[in-house]
Amino acid sequence: MNMSPLEISLPRRQFLRTSAVGMALMATTPLGWAAGLQPGDTLPDLKSLQLEGTVPDLSGKVVHLDFWASWCVPCRQSFPVLENLHKTYGSKGYVLIGVSMDERQPDMDRFLKKNPVSFATVRDAHEKLASKVRPPGMPTSYFFGPEGRLDSVHPKYEGEATRKKYVEIIERLLKTVKA
Amino acid sequence: MNLKNLLPLQPACSSRPGGMVLAAVAVIIGLGTGCTTVEPWQRRTLSDATMRGDRDPAGLLLAEHMWFSREAAAGGRGVGGGGCGCN
Repeated sequence: MNMSPLEISLPRRQFLRTSAVGMALMATTPLGWAAGLQPGDTLPDLKSLQLEGTVPDLSGKVVHLDFWASWCVPCRQSFPVLENLHKTYGSKGYVLIGVSMDERQPDMDRFLKKNPVSFATVRDAHEKLASKVRPPGMPTSYFFGPEGRLDSVHPKYEGEATRKKYVEIIERLLKTVKA
Repeated sequence: MNLKNLLPLQPACSSRPGGMVLAAVAVIIGLGTGCTTVEPWQRRTLSDATMRGDRDPAGLLLAEHMWFSREAAAGGRGVGGGGCGCN
């Protein structure tokens, strides 16, 4: 039985080429999933992301974005701490925005009725902001300096340890705010 | 009878290269698109109380006793937070 090398190598070559393309695609997909906002990145333009709710003026201020949801127990625990931060630093150039990831607005409204807060809350109904920022868990806090650059990301809420960390970050960033 | 006449001249795959490539593409597409990621902010349903393994303390005790008696296995159930991925 005589076969020319071409008869075997052609399908093998095609198979290898197709496999290589497929594997390359599969390898790059998780990289795309993992990408999110990194320290040094600019704060997205919140007004262009169809958020439900009023976005306060952020220019030249320390911005704290907190991603939360009504179904997330640690988020609920973090709310009194966030409210306290807003009351303490709100007049000193610090803006806190709670970004609700609730699919249904009534869930968010019910939660806010039970846990009233004075800081701004918006709902990312179309998941546009979350898709850009890609918080790794609920809750996650993002702190931006007055220049609008991401300074630090703080996922999870672990009580007093988290509160101390938040205070440390906010006080450090507030020192860079121009009067 | 010459046995040589009964054997194919070439392996099946080399006579139909298109089929092999098609199969490879199908496998790759299947692997590449068969999985999806539930993002952390989409885990409302997973965080429901019914998704918790420890929602029925009496049932859990009974199951623990059964596993311990029958399989000498105990513990290892200390995962908190249900399926929401919170903390």
